[in-house]
Amino acid sequence: MLEVTGLQKRYGSLTAVHEVSFTVYPGEMLGLLGPNGAGKTTTVSMIAGLLKPDAGEVRIGGGLVRRETDPVKRRMGLVPQDLALHDPLSARENLALFGALYGLSGTALRRAMDSALELAGLTDRAKDRVSTFSGGMKRRLNLAAALLHDPQILLLDEPTVGVDPQSRGAIFNNLEDLKRQGKTLVYTTHYMEEAERLCDRILIVDHGEVVANGTLESVRRLVPAMNLLEVEIENPGVNGWYGGLSAVAGVRSVECRGQTLHVTLHDLMRDTPDVLDWLASGGYRCSHLASQRADLETVFLTLTGRSVRNA
Amino acid sequence: MSFTPFFALARRDIRLFFLDRRAVLMSFLAPILIGSFFGYIFGGSPKDEPASKIEVAAVNQDTTGISGKIVSSLTSESAFHVKPMSADEARTAVRSGKITVALVIPPGFADRAVGAFLRGFGQPQIQLLYDPSHGPELQMVRGILTQHVIEVVSREAFSGTDSAKYLDEAMREVNAAPVMDPAERTAIRRLLTDIGGLNQQQRGSLQSPMRAGFTMPYSVKEEAITARAGTPYNGMAHAFAGMAVQFILFMGIDAGLVVLAQRQTGLWKRLQAAPISRFTVIASRAFSAAGISALILTVVFGFARAVFNVRVEGSFPGFLGVCLAFSLMTAAFGLLVAVLGKTPEATRGMAILITLLLVMLGGSWIPAFLFPAWLQKLSFMVPTRWAVDGLEGMLWRGLGWDAAVGPILALLGFALLFGAIAIWRFRWETE
Repeated sequence: MLEVTGLQKRYGSLTAVHEVSFTVYPGEMLGLLGPNGAGKTTTVSMIAGLLKPDAGEVRIGGGLVRRETDPVKRRMGLVPQDLALHDPLSARENLALFGALYGLSGTALRRAMDSALELAGLTDRAKDRVSTFSGGMKRRLNLAAALLHDPQILLLDEPTVGVDPQSRGAIFNNLEDLKRQGKTLVYTTHYMEEAERLCDRILIVDHGEVVANGTLESVRRLVPAMNLLEVEIENPGVNGWYGGLSAVAGVRSVECRGQTLHVTLHDLMRDTPDVLDWLASGGYRCSHLASQRADLETVFLTLTGRSVRNA
Repeated sequence: MSFTPFFALARRDIRLFFLDRRAVLMSFLAPILIGSFFGYIFGGSPKDEPASKIEVAAVNQDTTGISGKIVSSLTSESAFHVKPMSADEARTAVRSGKITVALVIPPGFADRAVGAFLRGFGQPQIQLLYDPSHGPELQMVRGILTQHVIEVVSREAFSGTDSAKYLDEAMREVNAAPVMDPAERTAIRRLLTDIGGLNQQQRGSLQSPMRAGFTMPYSVKEEAITARAGTPYNGMAHAFAGMAVQFILFMGIDAGLVVLAQRQTGLWKRLQAAPISRFTVIASRAFSAAGISALILTVVFGFARAVFNVRVEGSFPGFLGVCLAFSLMTAAFGLLVAVLGKTPEATRGMAILITLLLVMLGGSWIPAFLFPAWLQKLSFMVPTRWAVDGLEGMLWRGLGWDAAVGPILALLGFALLFGAIAIWRFRWETE
């Protein structure tokens, strides 16, 4: 389990991170989203021990990192956004180095390297120089290098940047496997569809502060205008016939354009049956039903005022 | 400190170094090639072929045998390669750089030279045409020419076939001289008469020492003071010491720049995230740089030993000590580059400039004794001077261990200073 409490970091008069707190549990993946300069990278850097926080603490499996050589750091693996590989060395030589950084040697190191190469699908290229690898292969190796010492917590900083769809799919499968194994994952990305597919919970930071923290569903609910139900009525009534809908629980607003009702709900899944019951009880027949749900991109845009791809 | 990551990082650095062809060429081949070149130019090894001769043109416009003898005498001089030429040819050859000095012996030179030798006035003039880019050679030609002219002219005056004629002419001129102290006139006449008498007596004796005329009143015995009697000076030792020092410092710069480059990539983040200390990172970098430096010294001096017979004539432990101390100093210098620089691009040029200054002041290019006195004193403030002096002392000077202690301590002092600054200024965090 990863517990982050009250993290703060200042650079002169600029507050890069202010009171960021969250917890990620085993078998869970947290998506960390935010525009550039929002404090996302600084937060990850403080969690990984790359930066010393001005205030707050990070507990890894219950333990605090107190010094550079603290064994607690072995419980965590980092997949940096930049490819952290030596191009002139072979895949195996790279893994041997990174394993040794965590004290692995001998048989334990060989086994770990074999597993990592298999995970990355690079067993047959183990002795080839990394400089001969495609971008996707490098990204897979970059991920595998962070798993050599079997960390409980994995920090992934934009691990799929510049990756072809095939390698991206392979990385997703690896991450889903890791989640099933009970690993704790923190995933930073600019790709909303990745966060939507992979992450159990979403944390959005802006200007150094957390602006949203919750499950995907709960974050979507933060943008109610997009929890929209559209119902086409065969036999609409006279003017204002739909007014009673406003009193139904979960309905935020109702509007009728021609024969189509536009109903905004607090929770699309929970509140839709009540709307349909009210219509049926009034004798109104539905000829077509459609719904719209807020996607993460919209949530991000609404909360930060910026499109995530331009952020 | 855990040794598993320490040795893994050091092994990585060494492996990356040897995978970088440019670095290997610069560190191993360049000092060997340039050291060989400089050694060959400035002295070479003891078994080298003779030094090159000065190209001299002789323009003899005098028809007498005496001038011919002067040219012939110069031709036998081992330092000269004398070619007879016309005045125009000589001028063109000097201008084009094919001839260093041309001497022009004017018509009537012999008569006037012998006469001037006996009576002390009316000297003729030998014209020297010279290439202004060869000033030292001009001085050398002037000195050797003087010696040969005096020898030939004095021989002709005292014992040549025409010496009686020259003595008679001199006597006539002395008698006819309008202004001369009577006592002086009498003394010169007596001298000329005595020379004539002596000349007559010696005509039958070929063994007389005066047949040689004036000669150099001394001879020189030269002895190069090297490691021990019979061990010749090997100019390659200085050249290889200087170039090894220079290119190992370049390797040290590269080692520092690699650290700067890594700071800009995810590799540095991996190091920070791992349970290793910054001391492990610094020490492993220093260890690998010192190891590579020691290897370069081994290869470069191994080559010099095998090909140019550059031997450690002094203390071998002293030689190893200087090499080790210099390797450590290089490693610390590389770390200094890594901590004081910001980006590889911004640091490279400045580091190379500083290194070249260190190398120049250290006497790697030209021996430090050629520096002005104040610069010689200043040069002891740079580690390269101690390295070059230490290596030279142990190589061709054949000094003992006690002479290595000073350079070793000085180099270790610089290593400690640079290392301490590096640790003090080391920036672990990247943001």
